[in-house]
Amino acid sequence: MNSKYKLAFLTFVPIGAVLLAGFFIRSRDAAIFNPQGVIASQQRDLIVFALLLSLVVVIPVFVLTFFIAWHYREGNHKAQYSPNWDHSRWPETIWWGIPLTLILILSIVTWRTSHELDPFKPLSSSTPPMTIQVVALDWKWLFIYPEQNVATVNYVPFPMDTPIDFNITSDAPMNSFWIPNLGGQIYAMSGMSTHLNLMADGAGSYRGVSANISGRGFADMSFKAKSLSYEDFDEWVQSVRQSRGNLSANEYNRLARPSQNNKPASYSSVEPELYNKILMKYMLPYNQLPKAERL
Amino acid sequence: MSNTAVQPVETAQSMEHDNDSKTIFGFWVYLMTDCVVFASLFATFAVLRTSTFGDPSGNELFSLPFVLVETLILLTSSFTCGLAMLAAHRKDQAKVIAWFGVTFLLGIAFLSLELTEFSHLAHEGNSWTRSGFLSAFFTLVGTHGLHITTGLLWMIVLLVQIAKRGLVTSTMRRLTMLSLFWHFLDIIWIFIFTIVYLVGAV
Amino acid sequence: MNFALDNLLGFGNLFGNLLGKLSFDAIQHGPVIAGAQVSLLLGAMGTVALLTYLKRWKWLWNEWLTSVDPKKIGVMYIIVALLMLVRGVVDAGMMRAQQAVSVGSSNGFLDADHYQQIFTAHGSIMIFFVAMGLMFGLINLVLPLQLGARDVAFPFLNSTSFWLFVAGVGLMNMSLVLGGFAATGWLAYPPLSELQYSPGVGVDFWIWSIQIAGIGSLLSGINFLVTIIKMRCKGMTLMRMPMFAWSVMGSMVLVIFAFPILTATLALLALDRTFGMHFFTATGGGNPMMYINLIWAWGHPEVYILILPAFGIFSELVATFSRKRLFGYSSMVWAIGAITFLSYVVWLHHFFTMGAGGNVNAFFGVMTMVISVPTGVKGFNGLFTMYRGRIRFTTPMMWFLGFVVTFTIGGVTGVMLAVPAIDFQVHNSLFLVAHFHNMIIGGVVYGYLAGITYWFPKIFGFKLNERLGRYAFWCWFIGFLLAFIPLYILGIMGATRRLDHYDASLGWQGLFIVAGVGVMVIIAGIGFQVLQLIVSIVQRKSNLDTTGDPWNGRTLEWSTRSPAPFYNFAVLPVVSGHDAFWSIKHSRAKETKPEYQDIVLPRNTPMGMFIAGFAFLFGFAAIWHIVWLAPLALVGVIGCIVIRSASDNTEYTVTAAKLAKLETAYAKEQAA
Repeated sequence: MNSKYKLAFLTFVPIGAVLLAGFFIRSRDAAIFNPQGVIASQQRDLIVFALLLSLVVVIPVFVLTFFIAWHYREGNHKAQYSPNWDHSRWPETIWWGIPLTLILILSIVTWRTSHELDPFKPLSSSTPPMTIQVVALDWKWLFIYPEQNVATVNYVPFPMDTPIDFNITSDAPMNSFWIPNLGGQIYAMSGMSTHLNLMADGAGSYRGVSANISGRGFADMSFKAKSLSYEDFDEWVQSVRQSRGNLSANEYNRLARPSQNNKPASYSSVEPELYNKILMKYMLPYNQLPKAERL
Repeated sequence: MSNTAVQPVETAQSMEHDNDSKTIFGFWVYLMTDCVVFASLFATFAVLRTSTFGDPSGNELFSLPFVLVETLILLTSSFTCGLAMLAAHRKDQAKVIAWFGVTFLLGIAFLSLELTEFSHLAHEGNSWTRSGFLSAFFTLVGTHGLHITTGLLWMIVLLVQIAKRGLVTSTMRRLTMLSLFWHFLDIIWIFIFTIVYLVGAV
Repeated sequence: MNFALDNLLGFGNLFGNLLGKLSFDAIQHGPVIAGAQVSLLLGAMGTVALLTYLKRWKWLWNEWLTSVDPKKIGVMYIIVALLMLVRGVVDAGMMRAQQAVSVGSSNGFLDADHYQQIFTAHGSIMIFFVAMGLMFGLINLVLPLQLGARDVAFPFLNSTSFWLFVAGVGLMNMSLVLGGFAATGWLAYPPLSELQYSPGVGVDFWIWSIQIAGIGSLLSGINFLVTIIKMRCKGMTLMRMPMFAWSVMGSMVLVIFAFPILTATLALLALDRTFGMHFFTATGGGNPMMYINLIWAWGHPEVYILILPAFGIFSELVATFSRKRLFGYSSMVWAIGAITFLSYVVWLHHFFTMGAGGNVNAFFGVMTMVISVPTGVKGFNGLFTMYRGRIRFTTPMMWFLGFVVTFTIGGVTGVMLAVPAIDFQVHNSLFLVAHFHNMIIGGVVYGYLAGITYWFPKIFGFKLNERLGRYAFWCWFIGFLLAFIPLYILGIMGATRRLDHYDASLGWQGLFIVAGVGVMVIIAGIGFQVLQLIVSIVQRKSNLDTTGDPWNGRTLEWSTRSPAPFYNFAVLPVVSGHDAFWSIKHSRAKETKPEYQDIVLPRNTPMGMFIAGFAFLFGFAAIWHIVWLAPLALVGVIGCIVIRSASDNTEYTVTAAKLAKLETAYAKEQAA
């Protein structure tokens, strides 16, 4: 094959492959490019922005690589040959200066968005926020609704267009709580309570996963998140309250034992302060915990 | 290949001299890496200093006067090490062995006191398995103690070599490195004394 | 026995259990693992049989195993690293195969625990044994020659470092047979890696194989830095060093400041697991977040340790094969300095999602982005070296072009990942996996493979077959794109890493199959490289390097003959500018008769091997809680060091007369 074609293949096929990948992503339910929530939308915009900014450097690099490699090949005697030309101020200024400028722009954006999209930051909305407590277990997710006094396993419905403040901890190795359609993830760690603030636009059903390996059953730690209208959500809460099943301390200890492939389940009432008790387990030895805080 | 400049001399003697500069520089670099190990342990201690898992805080566990004695012993041993090195530069072999002998004994005294403190803590129920704080304490101070032990072992071996070969280039070089090591450990101890014991007590 | 010692789990009665936790239960079984064990066994038996048949045991011992010649040590490093590359790629193949089939109701052919051990081993092997091995191998081969020196600063330490590396490899591979490996991911985050959640010996195998190899790496870092600072030939100021030497210096500075952190952290995890301490445990006051900070404070510099020498290799290649001076030498040096410094202030970008808050995340994000600037500068300087040059598209040059293209894509995704808010969405997804493979394969692997091709003639005296080298390159280049572009897509689709199975409804399977095909293309590339080696050896007489300068090179290593003699240079060079050899070649000074002098060289010694052997035994004892063996092994290590320090006879002299004889004999051979 002619060298020119080989060079073209080398430099432009990867770009082509990446572009093809991009089109592929657009045509599928690529969760990150199919945001269903306020946070995920902003994150998607950021990705596009960063990509376009990078192209300012990348496209010239690819074009230059191809042309320089082709034009200055040994066989081309028309090309100028300056074997000792090894420094020049203006190219150096350009390739230190332009990338620095681009990085400066991106840095400002980074600073802003690191604060705006910080998982701990409460979302601004006219609707009052709702708290859902999340506990990562081996190998399923427990969701506690402190305001409604119900709990679920591997299934978390919530009202749409409402800021949800997830309080997240773990009673298992480190996990990571992630609903790609709605926003980024945050680690679930024992003895700590992290926050993830998300809000869904409208009704929908979303996949949630754990993004940090926590042992044998890690691949089964997916859960279903669902945003419902207020009425539907209230209805759901009522129906759960009618069902049997109290998430007492004993029941919780049974639930916390390792298991895989847990089917979605719900509990009509929850041990008071269960989330705090789970946290406290890791703060003090059992016999030093006040009786009221023991599990 | 051509040149008209003077060729570097490669005799055994000049190699020895180059060896000195190279080896001692290399030893300094090694000390920097040891410094980073201790820095990691200090950082861990700093993070875990309040992780007593329900225990009362560390201050109540330590006896400052006891630690002060340990510090004075170690500082003195650095001094006697310095005296030994002065003797070495005077090529006074007997004094070198004598002063390093004193340094060795002081080192043993330091270790005994440290081991006493450790076993006392352990018997009271405050061993390294009790909490993150205690794990960090025993490991940081214990690692220093392990280094002291290594230094003492090195001292014995080197003193035997000096007795056999005398104060030749190789043993002089090794003496330099040993004294660097010993002073380094003293500096680390000052940090331990300050960060672990003094800060805790304030 | 005081109660604290009772906490040495598994000991109980000190002498009751001679072999600690080791028992026949530890032997690993299963069809897939049996395949691995059989391969190991056949390989070992085959090697023993070959050596016996060719009666080469003494030769092996005298010429290679006890050698302190960095050229020999370098070759051994590369051989071990390439063997481990095969194992690492087989692991990768198994992972791709599993993920291509484990959809819906199928659980593939690997159970979850085995799959998790495989990716843990894959990552650990590739980073610690393949990449570090190739790097130290090439540095050993090339650095003294480029600096106009005869050896590294501490030859005995060099040998010890290599054998400690081998001890680490040995422990890692032993886990295939006994006990199993960690199933935690290659960095073994606690609490998962603590006893509570990983009660077996797998994590201990991980700790000790890496700890022992890591100490070897740290010693090498000291060794090579001192070599660069103290052993450059006359006239070679720092600003006249080849760019490869600069890149090695930056890398070794990183080793010196980063590897001790790894040593300390692994020790703390070992203390937790062996003595019941609470550094990183979930309860008891442990702090897993501290582990993550420490391990990445090492881990980030580690990746720059790996990439900087690769950048250096590319700088050498691009100048030689463009027949032009490297563009922007000072700029390149500053860039290395900037990258070295910045490596230390970006580690948190590996865990933006741990919740450090906006200010901290933003700071580390910005610092991470800033590193892309000096990195880009090096790329541009490379391109401008080609500009107005005369470019030859040899295999090493193809690797360079492949690197420019591949690494740029990885750089873009890296800048994206550096934005914390973006990272929240792609952290621990296959997008991340694709990014770091992009950098490591496109940068580190391409660089070291190019370096091996480039410097092969200097060490062995003949060139590698060009055509097969090119086929190998295209397979790697296309295979990489096929294997990893689908992973970028999968990450954007919300696929996390380390999954051993997934739902059919997700529509991921097609992409995993394409990725599997990509790995097979890469394996074909490796096949071509094996073929290339065999064909090149068979055809070596027609590819002989008779001048010592097969590529029309510019730096000092090309000024001595090929294969390089054990003393490197008959007369140490004196240098007066960059590209020292180029100036020498094109100067008009008259050739004067060389004045030989006596040369002092270090003797071969098995002591490094013995030290590492005892270290291996110590690791083994620590893993299996064999109480009596641990202190004995430690005494062995110390004893070897003491014996070595007492030995007087560690060097020998090659007299000027002998040297003259060797040189004339060689000249006669050339004339014939």
